[in-house]
Amino acid sequence: MSEAIVSLRNVDKRYTRGKQSVEVLQGLTLDIPKGEFVALMGPSGSGKTTLLNLIGGLDQPTSGQISVGGSRIDQLSSGKLAHWRAHNVGFVFQFYNLMPVLTAEANVELPLLLTRLPASQRKKNVAVALQVVGLSDRARHKPRELSGGQEQRVAIARALVSDPQLLVCDEPTGDLDRKTADEILGLLQVLNREHGKTIVMVTHDPKAAEFARRTLHLEKGELLEQVAA
Amino acid sequence: MTKTGFVVANLFRKKTRTILTVLSVIMAFLLFGLLQSLNSVFNSGADFVGATRLMTQARVSFTQALPLSMVPKLEAVPGVARVAYSQWFGGVWQENTQIFTFAVDPQRYHDAYAEWVMPEEQWQAFEQTRTSMVAGKMLADKYGWKIGQKIPLSSNIYPQKGGSKSWAFDLVGIYDGKDDNWRKQTNAVFINHDYFDEANLFGKGRTNFYILKLAPGTDAAQVSKTVDAMFENSPDETKTQTEKDFNLSFVKQIGDIGLIVRWILFAVFFTLLLVVGNTMAQSVRERVPELAVLKTLGFTDGSVLGFVLAEAVALCLVGGVVGLVLATLLGAMVEQATGGQFRLQVDGVIWAIGIGAILVMSFAVGLLPALRARSLKIVDALAGR
Repeated sequence: MSEAIVSLRNVDKRYTRGKQSVEVLQGLTLDIPKGEFVALMGPSGSGKTTLLNLIGGLDQPTSGQISVGGSRIDQLSSGKLAHWRAHNVGFVFQFYNLMPVLTAEANVELPLLLTRLPASQRKKNVAVALQVVGLSDRARHKPRELSGGQEQRVAIARALVSDPQLLVCDEPTGDLDRKTADEILGLLQVLNREHGKTIVMVTHDPKAAEFARRTLHLEKGELLEQVAA
Repeated sequence: MTKTGFVVANLFRKKTRTILTVLSVIMAFLLFGLLQSLNSVFNSGADFVGATRLMTQARVSFTQALPLSMVPKLEAVPGVARVAYSQWFGGVWQENTQIFTFAVDPQRYHDAYAEWVMPEEQWQAFEQTRTSMVAGKMLADKYGWKIGQKIPLSSNIYPQKGGSKSWAFDLVGIYDGKDDNWRKQTNAVFINHDYFDEANLFGKGRTNFYILKLAPGTDAAQVSKTVDAMFENSPDETKTQTEKDFNLSFVKQIGDIGLIVRWILFAVFFTLLLVVGNTMAQSVRERVPELAVLKTLGFTDGSVLGFVLAEAVALCLVGGVVGLVLATLLGAMVEQATGGQFRLQVDGVIWAIGIGAILVMSFAVGLLPALRARSLKIVDALAGR
C-alpha cells in the first residue's frame, strides 16, 4: 500500500450552535493513500461534509491530528492554512460556486493569482486545465452562458489549475442529471487514474460512489466500514 | 486577469447600481469643488489689494453717511498720506441693470488709487467737468460706451432735487487696472462727488466711506485705532479696517459663506456616506458565498478585506476625481463667462482636500463591509449560515 496522503488520528469535531453543543465527529482515525479515489457516503448529518472540510483545511478539528501531504494542518494559523490550501488542495462544490462576473478562463485563473506566475504562464496553465476538462471552446463564456455540466467542468478546471495532489469534491454531481453526472464522474476518474490525483468525494448517490476505488461510510460521526470498489 | 481586473469586474456586477452610485459621488464632489472655490472667492478675493489703505465707515453701518468735515481731522492723523472718500450711488442702467456707481472726489481718488490707470487728461476732465463720469474698461466694453457719450443712469436711493430719479453723466474717461487682478475689477463707474452733493435731494456734505492711504512703513493697526478713538463718543463713531477686511465684511453681509458651505457639504457627504455605504454593504451581503469561495481557494482574510476595500476606494475615487474634474472645468467656464470677474478656481488646495475626502470616505463606507467579509467563516458562509 502506498503512503497515506491524508492521515487523521482521533479527530473530534464539535460545533456549538447557540447553547447547544453538537458532536459531529468522534475519535475518527483514517488514512487515505496517495492516488486513491475515495467516496464518502452516509445519511444527512453523519459528518461527511465536516470530514471533507477538515481534510481540505477549511475547518479545524476540536481535537486530534490531521496530516495532509506530510503537513500537520490542524495546527496551522488561518493565514498559513489559506496558503496551504492554495498550493495543496483543489475544491469542487455541488453548486459549482463560480464567480458569475468572470469568464470561464478568468474563473480558472483565479487560484493562480496567488502564485508568482507571469500572466503568459497563467494563460497557458488555464488553457491546459480547460483542455483537460474539454471546455477550450467555452473559455470566454460566463457561467450563466454555460450548462450545469459545463459549469462543473470549469469548477474542476479551477480545482486542477494549480496542480494540487488532492481534490476534495462535495457532492459534485448533486445538481446534475444522470448522464451529465456520469460524464463528470468519468472526468474525475480520468484525473485520478491518468493524472494521479487523490480524490475525496462526498456523495449520496451509490452510482456516483461506484466511480470511486473505495467507499467509506459515516454514521453519526463514526466510520463504519470501508468498502473497496 | 489581474486582481485589479477582478475588483473592476465585481464593481460592475450590478451596472445600474454602480453607475447610480458613482453619479451620486460625482455630484457630491462637483458640489464640493464648486462650493469650496466659492468659499475661497469670498475669503481671499481681495488678497491683491494689499494693506496700504484703510477704510473708515460709520460704526453702526456703512449705510449711515459720515460728514465730510472729518477730512481735515483724518488728514491730520500721523501716517495718513492722503484721504479720499466714496459715496454709494446705486446706479441703474437702462431697464434694470445694476451698475456699481460711486461718487468720489476725482483728485483725491486718483491720489489714493494708483492702481487705476487712465490718461492724465482724462483724470483732469473728470475733475473739471461737473457732470463727469469715468467708467471701468470692462464695463465700457460691455455696453459699448465711448468717451464723450452721455450716460443716463437712474438711482433708486438718490433722486435729484426736482424729484427725478434720472441722472445724466458725461463719460470723460475710461480707466483700466494696472495688472491682471485690477483689470478684472474694472466693472464700476465713478461720478463727480461735487455734482452729486449739489444735485441730490437728501443730505449734503456726507459720504459713506473714507479711504485712508497710508504713508510707507505706517502701522495700519495703530492708525485704525487712532482714527476710531478720535471719533469715539461723537455722533459719528467710526469703524476703520484694512481694505481687504472691508471687502470681506461687505461680502459677509449676505451671511457667513464659510459656515453655509460647510453645512451644505456636511449634508451632502452625510447623505453620500449612507448611499455608498449601503451599496457596499449590499454588495458584500449578496456575495457571501463567493467571498467564502475566494477564501477556500487560498485568498487570506486580509486579501478578501483588501478586495472589498479596493472596491470602495475605486467607487469613491472614480466618482470623486470625475466630480473634481467637472468642478474644475465648470469653474473655468464660469470665470471665462464672467470675463474673469468671478474666479471660481478649483485649485491645488481644493484638489488636495478633495483627494483626502475621497480616501476618508472610501474607508468610512468600505471598512465595515470589508471587516464583515474578512471575518466570514468559510464553512458557515458556504452552508449559507
